[in-house]
Amino acid sequence: MKVWVFAELTPGGPTPATLELLAKAHELGDAEALALGPGATSAAPTLGAHGARTVYASDDPVYADHLAQPAAHAVKTLIETHGPDLILFPATYGARDVAGRLQAKLGSTLMANVIEITGADAARTQIAGGTLFVDVVLEGPSPRLIIVSPKAFVAQEVGGTAEIVPVEVEIPEYYTRVRRIEQHDEPASGPKLEEARVVVSGGRGLQDPSNITLLQQLADAVGGAAVGATRAIVDAGWIPYSHQVGQTGKTVKPDVYMAVGISGALQHLVGMKGSKFVIAINKDPEAPIFRVADLGVVGDALVVVPALIQELVKRRG
Amino acid sequence: MNVVVLVKSVIDPSGQPRLGPDFLMDRSAEGTLDPTDEFGVEAALQLTAESGGTVTALSMGPDGAGAAVRRAFAMGVDAGVLVTDPLLRGADTLATARVLAAAIAQAGFDLVLAGVESTDGYTGTLAVAVAEFLDVPSATFARKVSVADGVARIERQTESGYDVIECPLPAVITVTAGSTEPRYPTLKGIMASKSKTLESRTLADLGLDAAAVAATQRVSHVTPAPAKSGGVVIEAGDDAAVRIADALDQAKVI
Ligand SMILES: Cc1cc2nc3c(=O)[nH]c(=O)nc-3n(C[C@H](O)[C@H](O)[C@H](O)COP(=O)(O)OP(=O)(O)OC[C@H]3O[C@@H](n4cnc5c(N)ncnc54)[C@H](O)[C@@H]3O)c2cc1C
Ligand SMILES: Nc1ncnc2c1ncn2[C@@H]1O[C@H](COP(=O)(O)O)[C@@H](O)[C@H]1O
Repeated sequence: MKVWVFAELTPGGPTPATLELLAKAHELGDAEALALGPGATSAAPTLGAHGARTVYASDDPVYADHLAQPAAHAVKTLIETHGPDLILFPATYGARDVAGRLQAKLGSTLMANVIEITGADAARTQIAGGTLFVDVVLEGPSPRLIIVSPKAFVAQEVGGTAEIVPVEVEIPEYYTRVRRIEQHDEPASGPKLEEARVVVSGGRGLQDPSNITLLQQLADAVGGAAVGATRAIVDAGWIPYSHQVGQTGKTVKPDVYMAVGISGALQHLVGMKGSKFVIAINKDPEAPIFRVADLGVVGDALVVVPALIQELVKRRG
Repeated sequence: MNVVVLVKSVIDPSGQPRLGPDFLMDRSAEGTLDPTDEFGVEAALQLTAESGGTVTALSMGPDGAGAAVRRAFAMGVDAGVLVTDPLLRGADTLATARVLAAAIAQAGFDLVLAGVESTDGYTGTLAVAVAEFLDVPSATFARKVSVADGVARIERQTESGYDVIECPLPAVITVTAGSTEPRYPTLKGIMASKSKTLESRTLADLGLDAAAVAATQRVSHVTPAPAKSGGVVIEAGDDAAVRIADALDQAKVI
């Protein structure tokens, strides 16, 4: 079985999600990667080391500057020559759009939010905040298209070397009508959410945007903890979007996740349910977050958190 | 400018799905406008308030899904279409995109607006598939949209910040929650909505047949995920901070 992985590229190399997908592709059959856009060729050794036998690569900026249409056209052309059985996409902004376009171009099935794949025709997703698993049989023309949730699989170095096959697909001007004219970075401060061993997240129960500082102090008192947030306080402008945990934000699986003033909506749970140990502080004993908590504290976060900071500082000595 | 806004009806806006015995989502109850799609409706109304034009709300679903369109009426959209057909029960994203694209093409459009992802389906790919069927450009994750001289200018959310995108019309754009605060229907809007007619279309009206909406995926099993066990909930008291610190200690993270 030939399994392609649509690689997401950054100036620092392929994204962690790309490497997670390669591990699964390698397990399922012959893994090959599609690397389109600046950094493609230089990403090939990393992709190879993580299981890709072949990397179809083009460094052409057309793939980065015009959103999904050029890539969808190129991938469709490559499919016609090489006939993969399955294509895996990371659940990122760019890759999702390519998958959606390909679905319509090919008439192939497309399944999103996938957490397990057992063959070219069977995959699993989760619904209801991760409380139900749904197994799905995929039918219709190959290749089947699958968008994989972050952290569903674990990246693995298998130590291979990839053969680079240059992609020389002509991109009609017709597909470059949308253009990116500016790029703005709003860098998140502090440790990275996806990598930190402890994530301290806040929700509307923090009461006031100024209490984000309290959360930050807690993260510092724990030492190296990352700060997360619910969509409610991101939308309210208390904290940048890059801190959002959940279905439309980041997926985290830290050793400890602390939910402060968070109700535990399904869309939030799906982004943190995989955490090893969950601590919840909420004044409402009925809050759904307590159902996934290993340690729940019913009380006012604005009282409990300062006391906890004090306790942690004391233990540090 | 003719704007078509896609509105999905959901049964439970908290996202808790109701499954029937055949594992298909039970959508028989009266629905409500997906909160995610209120942002699309709001963006459509603001854009046409600035530059003129009409807004049509379009939904696909059972009869109960008409509630989503009627809510859009009350918010102020001019026209509404519900595609409903027994053949569409359990339609997957490919069929849904094909059907919505056919209905949009029939209505005529300069701009299609949709939510990024629905509350109960959340594939986040539907709108781009619609754009591909319509053969027009698209931009997703817009947190700001403006239109001038037939070109949409979009602030598009990215992992690390945002991009500014230019997209010539006709086009499909998805807007994020948090783009603007959706308006609440006024009494006047609710009264005015009573005189608006919800137009109904079948597959045949759109020139489509059963083969066009044949399923490409089928649910084989639904199983509960292993439940969390052994969690304890305590009242905040003098020792809550100590208990939490002990737990952090045990997890070897401090
Ligand atoms: C399509 C879609 C996608 C979404 N994606 C996401 C996502 O990615 N991430 C996300 O987080 N949400 C997401 N949401 C939103 C989600 O449904 C919830 O609205 C959101 O998570 C709620 O945030 P919250 O817990 O901060 O606020 P609330 O639900 O308002 O909860 C606040 C909690 O604080 C408690 N509280 C109040 N005062 C105190 C106090 N003094 N001390 C302690 N506790 C207190 C309350 O008891 C309550 O439980 C999405 C929604 C939709 C429809
Ligand atoms: N049945 C439907 N009728 C109308 N619009 C829909 C339908 N399904 C999805 N959409 C639109 O597509 C967006 C993404 O939906 P989804 O693919 O379910 O995540 C929604 O926010 C709606 O705007």
